[in-house]
Amino acid sequence: MSEADGLVRLRQPIGVTYNWSAGPNATSHLAGLMNGKFVGKRCPSCALVYFPPRNGVCPKCAKILAGDVEVGPKGTITTFCIVNVPFLGQKIKLPYVAAQILLDGADISMQHLIQECEAEDVRIGMRVEPVWKDKSEWGPSLENIQHFRPTGEPDRVMGSESGAS
Amino acid sequence: MAELCAVVGVGQTKHAACRADVSIAGLVREAVDRALADANITIADVDAIVIGKAPDSLEGVAMPELWLADALAAHGKPVFRVHTAGSVGGSTAIVAAQHVMAGIHGTVLTIGFEKQSDGNAMWALSVPIPFGMPVHAGAGGYFSPIVRGYIGRSGAPKHIGAMVAVKDRTNACKNPYAHLHEPDWTLEKALETPMLWDPIRFIETCPSSDGAMALVLMSEERADKHAGRKAWVHATAMRSEPTAFAGREQVSPVAGEMCAADLWRKAGIKNPAEEIDVVEMYVPFAWFEPMWLENLGFAPRNEGWRWVEDGITEMGGSLPINPSGGVLSSNPIGASGMLRFGEAAMQVMGKAGEHQIDGAKKAVGHAYGGGSQFFAMWLVSSTKP
Repeated sequence: MSEADGLVRLRQPIGVTYNWSAGPNATSHLAGLMNGKFVGKRCPSCALVYFPPRNGVCPKCAKILAGDVEVGPKGTITTFCIVNVPFLGQKIKLPYVAAQILLDGADISMQHLIQECEAEDVRIGMRVEPVWKDKSEWGPSLENIQHFRPTGEPDRVMGSESGAS
Repeated sequence: MAELCAVVGVGQTKHAACRADVSIAGLVREAVDRALADANITIADVDAIVIGKAPDSLEGVAMPELWLADALAAHGKPVFRVHTAGSVGGSTAIVAAQHVMAGIHGTVLTIGFEKQSDGNAMWALSVPIPFGMPVHAGAGGYFSPIVRGYIGRSGAPKHIGAMVAVKDRTNACKNPYAHLHEPDWTLEKALETPMLWDPIRFIETCPSSDGAMALVLMSEERADKHAGRKAWVHATAMRSEPTAFAGREQVSPVAGEMCAADLWRKAGIKNPAEEIDVVEMYVPFAWFEPMWLENLGFAPRNEGWRWVEDGITEMGGSLPINPSGGVLSSNPIGASGMLRFGEAAMQVMGKAGEHQIDGAKKAVGHAYGGGSQFFAMWLVSSTKP
């Protein structure tokens, strides 16, 4: 509240509670996470593999994704951001590396946290692997993975995927 | 065959971090009154109103069009609202122009606005995705990896982003309406600003602004009888693509390339860099200037950064970009696209004041929004097509 110019101003935060229905495609992905597996889906038209299969539909072909495909667990960093900005609702200590990771066998990257190395050592093409939380903490979420860490394998040379989604 | 459409009035607010002196309605009306005065008409002469703003969650006011109908004196007139995220100011102007080109309305008022101080856009753009990993950090967090992809692929030196930022902040000092008036930036000082979303520095990010832009559009029949300078709309183009799909080119989205190609084809432009006099380009993070130079077909692939380094995009260069100071100097999100379109119109009308590019005859306004998902452009000229 401020009254500098004779006006009274209020900050009134608002909240929204909602239910989210996963649907059949995301369900197999989330069930996979509860079993320590990365389960993606293949587009029956372009044959590309989506992980996570968030909407259950290939956004380009508008076809319903079909069979389950297990991907990962290792992957390659396609690009990344080092986050130094504090913001409301933030859960991770700054600075942190938010990377786009292309899991082996998947055709689209997902975003996750990189740790166990200095931020300045992270690079495009770096090979990484997941570090899972203790099983007792698992739920239907990518948060089951504490973070990804470098595998020490040679970097993969990235072509057009660099900076790709 | 579509009818011709001309911009006959342009009006914008003084943009600021917090326009505590006005409500959203007051802010919008300030821009509208200036546009109507510039066009030398009254609200009674307007046939239809087309408004646009960014998603409601960004300022925390749901469906502002409901109460803005009063502030816009829309009684008895059609009001439309356009939604295309950050590109909305551009696509709103296009929808308004299309009402004229289709022969439906003779005089259309269009407005883009955002009162960012009423909400918290950083929060609204960082909402965790259910069952995902909560690492996402606002618009900067989204675009920073894409900028890194561009730097890696093009071999651009690290100072290019800061060069763009210093240029735009310097240009903004010539624009009385710009939010940021910071005349003392040097490249050296800019490179000392902290990394927020590495590789994006503080200087390379847009501010959070309150502001609005309004345009008055007329059909050829009315514009021909109308005294005053005009910007004739030679072409408009819009393209979209999904935010995320396998194999997507994020650095130079295909939808952006298609949008520009469509604009050049419709306007009969063979060599954009030679034929266009000035561009108002949507650059919320400085690195997007070289990236869009390539995406829109001005510069060859991986060469955009050289154009920045060579000063081609400065006010005195052969292709000035954002003489107004651009999004990097004023970012009322829902207005930002229309500011680009309106500033392009001001240039060919010869009404840009101190940031006028002498003799500008053809200008382009550009906007993009979402995860580089929606693209909107128009080409305006001092003469009829």
